[in-house]
Amino acid sequence: MTEADLKQTDLHEVHVSSGAKMVPFGGWSMPVQYASILDEARRVREHVGLFDLGHMGRLEVKGPDAARFLDSVVTSFVGKIPVGAIRYGLVCAEDGGPLDDLLLYKSSDEDVFVVANASNCATVLAWLNDHVGSHDVTITDRSDELAMLALQGPRSQDALQPLVEGKDLGEIGYYKFAFATVCGIPDVRISRTGYTGEDGFEIYFPCAESVRVWNALLEAGAEHGLAPIGLGARDTLRLEAGMPLYGHEIDREHNPVEAGLNFGISFKEEKGDWIGRAALAAIKEAPRRKLVGITTEGKRVPREGYLLFDGDREVGHVCSGAVSPTINTNIGSAYLPVELAVAGQTIDMDIRGKRQQCVVCDLPFYSRTRK
Amino acid sequence: MRPDDRKYLDSHEWAKLEGDLIVVGITDFAVEELSNGNEGDLVYCDLPEVGREVEQGETFGEIESVKAVSDLNAPIGGEIVEVNADMMEHLETLAEDPWKKGWLIKIKPTDASMDHLLDAEAYEQHITADH
Repeated sequence: MTEADLKQTDLHEVHVSSGAKMVPFGGWSMPVQYASILDEARRVREHVGLFDLGHMGRLEVKGPDAARFLDSVVTSFVGKIPVGAIRYGLVCAEDGGPLDDLLLYKSSDEDVFVVANASNCATVLAWLNDHVGSHDVTITDRSDELAMLALQGPRSQDALQPLVEGKDLGEIGYYKFAFATVCGIPDVRISRTGYTGEDGFEIYFPCAESVRVWNALLEAGAEHGLAPIGLGARDTLRLEAGMPLYGHEIDREHNPVEAGLNFGISFKEEKGDWIGRAALAAIKEAPRRKLVGITTEGKRVPREGYLLFDGDREVGHVCSGAVSPTINTNIGSAYLPVELAVAGQTIDMDIRGKRQQCVVCDLPFYSRTRK
Repeated sequence: MRPDDRKYLDSHEWAKLEGDLIVVGITDFAVEELSNGNEGDLVYCDLPEVGREVEQGETFGEIESVKAVSDLNAPIGGEIVEVNADMMEHLETLAEDPWKKGWLIKIKPTDASMDHLLDAEAYEQHITADH
C-alpha cells in the first residue's frame, strides 16, 4: 500500500505540522511519535497524554435483538453488561481463532456501541452482517463520521473536566460511560477506558470538530503536562500493561484462552451458544501454551518474530517487544509451552544468530493499582 | 549538503579515505531516522571484532533504536582493523557528531576505489527523492 492509499484522520495536517513522524497503521497514516517514544510513554505514566484514535472502527448495533444477537457472535455476555458499562470481548470463528477484539458499550439491550481495530473493522462488519440471521438489528458503521480521542494518564480528569459541561467526570467509573457536552458539542460519548494501563478517558464526537477539540485539549491540559502521544508509545504502554494487540498476541492462530483473556469469555448457560464456544471450551480444558512476559538484562530489545529456545529446542517466538521506561528494562510477550510458562524460568532469545537470556514473568509488567 | 570529502551508500553509511584506511560511519540522516531526533532512543550498537574480513555490501553490524533494528553495511571490502569501542558505550556520540567522533569502523581495503559509491550530491538527491 502506498502513502496515497492510506486513509487520514481529520487531524492529519495537525500532526504533520507539529512534526509528528507518520507511519502506515491498519490502512491509515498515523503519528508514531511526536518526540521521543520513551519520553512520551513516561509522560502518560506521570502526567497525561492525548491520542488521536480516529483510525479505530466504531459500529452501532441497534434494534430489539441487539444484545441477543451480539451474544451469539462475541465471547463476552452482552446481556449481563450493566447499562452504562463497557466490557471487553472478542469475535471468534468456529475454531476459536479471533477475528478481532472489541469494546462493547451498552446503552440498553437494544443499543450497543462496538469499538473494533482499524485493520479488522471491515472484517467484523461483514462477519456481523453474515451472522445476523433472523435477529432484528441494524448494524451501522460510524467510523468515518466520528472522531475518537483518548486522554491517558493520572491527570486526565484534570485536563478534560474544564471542557465538559454538566457532568462531573468523577461520577464516571472505570469501564463506564456517559454522554455530556464537550467544547460546546452536545452528546459526546465519554468513557473511562484506555489502552495504556493508566486512568483516562476516550471521547467520541463528530469528525468535523476534531481540530477544535484537539487544540482545546492541548490548551486546557498544558498546565497538567499534557502533550500529544504517538502510536509508538501507545504500543509500549499497552505492552507494559499486558494488553494484547491483534496481529501480535492474538490472531486467527492465537486464541483468547491461551492469551489469558478469560475475563472476556463467558461460558454461562444463560448466554446461549455462540460462535467459537465449543472450541474455546475445549482449549480451556487442555491449553497447550500460555502467553507470558519476558524480560532481559541484555541491551538487545525483544522484537516480534525472534525465536525462543530452551537449550536447542525451539519453544516459541516473541509476539511484541519494547524498551520499557516504566520498569526500566527490555520487555516482550511470547507464547511458551505451559511447562515453561512459569515465572522465573529462563529461556534463550535468538537475536539474528546471537543468544540472549530472558526471564519469564507473569503479565502485566506494570499495574497502577498493584504496584 | 553533507560533507563532500567522503562517499555514501544509499543505505546511509559513509566512507572516508584516511591515509590507507577507509573510515566508515552513518549519516546524520540515518541517525535521525533511527532516533527521530532523540538520541536517547538509540539503545544498542553491535560492531564486529577487529580482524574480521568483510565484503563490499556485507552487513558488519547492527544498530538498534527503541523502534527497530537496522543493518550496518560495509561500503567497501577489506579487513576491519579498528572499531570505535567508546561509541558503543556512548551512542549519543552518533547524534552529536556522526561525521567524526561517531565513526564506527576502519577498514584496510582490498581495493580502495570508491567509484561505486554515491558522492555527496547524489546522496542528497537519494534522500530527498525518498522523502
